[in-house]
Amino acid sequence: MSKDTVIEVDNVSMEFNLSEEKTDNLKEFVIKLLKKEVRFQSFWALNNVSLKINRGEKVGFVGLNGAGKSTLLKIISGVLKPTKGSVKVNGDLAPLLSLGSGFDNNYTGRENIFLNGAVLGHSRTEMSKKFDDIVEFSEIGDFIDVPVKNYSSGMRSRLSFSIATSINPDILILDEVLSVGDMSFQRKCKERMNNMMSDASLLFVSHSVSQVRNLCDKAIWLHKGSIIASGEVNEICDQYEAYVKNL
Amino acid sequence: MSEIQIKGLNDFNKYKSLLSELVRKDVKIKYRNSVLGVLWSFLDPLLRMVVMTIIFSTLFHRVQNYPVYYLSGQLIYSLFVGGSSQAMRSMVSSATIWKSIYVPKYLYVLSAVLSNFVTFSLSLIVLFGIMFVTNVHFTVYIIFASLPVLITLVLTTGVGLIIGTLNIFFRDVEHLYNVFTLLLMYSLPIFYPEDIIPASFKFIHTYNPLFYLLKCMRDCFLYGKLYSLPDLIFPAIAAVVFLIIGIFMLKRYQDRFILYV
Repeated sequence: MSKDTVIEVDNVSMEFNLSEEKTDNLKEFVIKLLKKEVRFQSFWALNNVSLKINRGEKVGFVGLNGAGKSTLLKIISGVLKPTKGSVKVNGDLAPLLSLGSGFDNNYTGRENIFLNGAVLGHSRTEMSKKFDDIVEFSEIGDFIDVPVKNYSSGMRSRLSFSIATSINPDILILDEVLSVGDMSFQRKCKERMNNMMSDASLLFVSHSVSQVRNLCDKAIWLHKGSIIASGEVNEICDQYEAYVKNL
Repeated sequence: MSEIQIKGLNDFNKYKSLLSELVRKDVKIKYRNSVLGVLWSFLDPLLRMVVMTIIFSTLFHRVQNYPVYYLSGQLIYSLFVGGSSQAMRSMVSSATIWKSIYVPKYLYVLSAVLSNFVTFSLSLIVLFGIMFVTNVHFTVYIIFASLPVLITLVLTTGVGLIIGTLNIFFRDVEHLYNVFTLLLMYSLPIFYPEDIIPASFKFIHTYNPLFYLLKCMRDCFLYGKLYSLPDLIFPAIAAVVFLIIGIFMLKRYQDRFILYV
């Protein structure tokens, strides 16, 4: 792995067992076992995916629903273990895989800043230094002492984006979390990505192709678990849009 | 092998602050929106003790100093049951976090056990208060109670890991465990003297590590003497065995958790 490569995905395949996901109680399981019905219905969400991401690269992932985009990001962030293949990550990761991931709903915004910071591996003292900056950027204002369960989805995404970017991660992963922010916040995010995150790599999933064009300089097109094209962002997005139009 | 151990250690260093945040959260959330707040940690054992003393102290009048007898047993029992049940539930309830960010899952078990230890420590103040009021001699052996408490923590962690892992796959475990803890409470001499159990049923005590931990606690607090070594060694071995099984089960199955929650 060269010095500039921050993520190396090597021949990753992911198999889901469809019948496995249904049984979560003992009775059903025993009945199935007795009937010899523990069948294995497998589904490959990813097939031999390989990619390399260099330091500072901003990569967008496009593809239809079920193409394997989120699965791939989950594997890269270490939440999911691939069935085959390996992933090497070189640097600090800040994944925003879902809205307000790492928040406790009963906790206030203030408390969640420290909790979420700790989830990302940063201590209380480190987070208190960044506290004011996080609150200011997220535009949460007086809501900072309100439990997060009363936040709107836009507020959640603003707060989690502010926390994730304030800790200066080497790699930021955004999975559909910016789509709920309004236009002015999206502009702010873009600015922040250009300024303080210029050295960081970005992995970005969005169904809005214009957002991908806006934030990324490279794009990867996934289809049914395989990479079918990758390259300069506008080129790939043009191809993808042409494909979607002809569906 | 050594590489894995080093990685585990690095993990722990990185997530030390998360562990303290989780313990803080467990304690804070427990008393959120309650007027008396942390005072409940004192009131809960106190009220239980009052009720039990009113009902049973005349029935079991041969137990000397019933309030202290009851409390010293009850505290260890609640430490174990509270910690292990919370550990079991927290693996499932924290899924929103570990489904989106990698977090070592044993942290949830540890934080559940440690936050119950915080409650336990606060309740100890009540025990000391009652001991003072009922004229129990404070002896140096109270310090030695830290060993059975430590063993209880290890045992609770081990059991928490085991049932927590099982609960991910079969949510029935939660209901089953509730029944089990009730059974456990009646099988232990918490509110009754141990000699009322007939000899033919003595085995429900002899094979239960918690029984010996209860005994050790009472030796230190109530009777002001040192426990016998065998009473300490049996639960210690049991605790380590449970811990090893728990670690083994979590390591083996944790990668599949995400498919079931």
